[in-house]
Amino acid sequence: MSLASKISERVRAIPRSGIRDFFELVQARGDVISLGVGEPDFSTPWHIREAAIFALEKGETCYTSNLGLLPLRKCISSYISKHCGVTYDPAKEIIVTVGVSEALDLAFRALLNPGDEVIYHEPCYVSYNPTIYMAGGVPVAIQTKAEDNFILKASDVEAAITPRTRAIMLNFPTNPTGAVEPPEEMEKIAALAVKHDLIMLTDEIYSELLYDGEEHISLLRYPGMKERTILLHGFSKAYAMTGWRLGYACAPAELTEAMMKIHQYAMLCAPIMSQRAAIEALEHGAPAVETMRQSYEQRRNVVVSRLHEMGLPTCRPGGAFYVFADIRPTGLTSKEFAIKFLEQHNVAVVPGNAFGTCGEGFVRCCYATALPQLELAMDRMAAFVAAHGVPPR
Amino acid sequence: MDPILKLIQTNAKLSAPEVAEMLTLDLKEVAKKITAWERDGTIMGYQAVLDPEKNGNEDVTALIEVKIRPERGGGFDRLAERISKFDQVRSCFLMSGGYDLAVFVEGPNLREVARFVAEKLSSMEGVLSTATRFQLKAYKQNGLLAHTESAGERLSVAP
Repeated sequence: MSLASKISERVRAIPRSGIRDFFELVQARGDVISLGVGEPDFSTPWHIREAAIFALEKGETCYTSNLGLLPLRKCISSYISKHCGVTYDPAKEIIVTVGVSEALDLAFRALLNPGDEVIYHEPCYVSYNPTIYMAGGVPVAIQTKAEDNFILKASDVEAAITPRTRAIMLNFPTNPTGAVEPPEEMEKIAALAVKHDLIMLTDEIYSELLYDGEEHISLLRYPGMKERTILLHGFSKAYAMTGWRLGYACAPAELTEAMMKIHQYAMLCAPIMSQRAAIEALEHGAPAVETMRQSYEQRRNVVVSRLHEMGLPTCRPGGAFYVFADIRPTGLTSKEFAIKFLEQHNVAVVPGNAFGTCGEGFVRCCYATALPQLELAMDRMAAFVAAHGVPPR
Repeated sequence: MDPILKLIQTNAKLSAPEVAEMLTLDLKEVAKKITAWERDGTIMGYQAVLDPEKNGNEDVTALIEVKIRPERGGGFDRLAERISKFDQVRSCFLMSGGYDLAVFVEGPNLREVARFVAEKLSSMEGVLSTATRFQLKAYKQNGLLAHTESAGERLSVAP
């Protein structure tokens, strides 16, 4: 019996992730320095872990409310009020999810009718396109460019709007480029959403990790946004809690209720121990986040200056913990670069085209790696790049 | 605290060029500041933090809780400084609470430490009493865990 024919056409139509192919290649080798990860190199701060252990010891092992523990939603409400400048009602406008990934899936499934278009910007996190598609929507990618520092231009958004456009999805700071949207463009995009009566989705998962003294300016600060926006946020990046799988969405009550309908059947609730840990994170985690942020910033500075020295013109990322290195001077494609560099120097970077076709000519390097390892990786990259005829500066 | 100080306090092996690169500061400026701090005693020195179980040193360490009589004019300082000058004293702090000085003493064995306390410390003019607590095991020193956690199994490539 051929099982392939039993798999839905929709799922069959999704190509295998480029990241997975590359992952298997890396896994087969030993002693690799990996700049290919998408997560912090820190363990979750001990006080957060300890709070979760304490909750387990007390026997907190049950389901929670579908929306998540009310004390957690209250913490989220006051945190978002400070961080993003808008206040959500913990009773009706916040839903705790299993990572931002689930929140994203809920949002698209709650919003999209078959054929509805969602505008988003590439290069981007790998799940946006397939998640829109699996929800029955049509992904409409806008290609951002290195010469614009990978920011999204409002004029490009305007050109992509059609009568079928349902929503615009933003992710700043961006995985994989570290781009931060300038307020003047953000303001214009917000105005477009109001003018065309579109829903906004904003994935602000990296918003605590901003550098050069910049403060986060949430999309929600712009006029008309709160009533049409789904804010997606979570604990993975800032608090180094990737494995806890905890995120949340904040949205007007009607949208939250729609997402909740799916969540209650698909997931029921997020794990209680993760929710307990998240309360501790929001109440007392700020100093640990700041320590980690400073450490990422220092490492970013080293990596960016090394990339420039070796002759790769690279945008200086304003946030997150990635640099999207421009490898076009080597004459290699992203995939060739990543594979040869891995084979010859045992360093893993992710081919840029895994994040959208306009990522071709780039590789993503994650600098959430210990500094000595990072410097060794940069030494090796300098040698590799020089061997491909790129003159150092 | 100056970010340069903060950085080298955690890792004294960082060179001035490394510090300058990490903080995007001018190298000359960084080197100048570090030299100035070394001169004015802001940076008292550079030491490696050793795990006492691995360093091959059989010395014992004791915390001596010392009560002293403050002096008119000088308070605790004169006596505390005299105590600190002994080579056996690794650290000495003035404390609030039940005793005055926390004196960390190192010696080749228990008897030597006891002798130092009896002959040198207790007999000093102004020392009222001492209580000696021997250190059994170090779990954390200078912010460093003796048993570092394994970094966890991060996937080598993830989105």
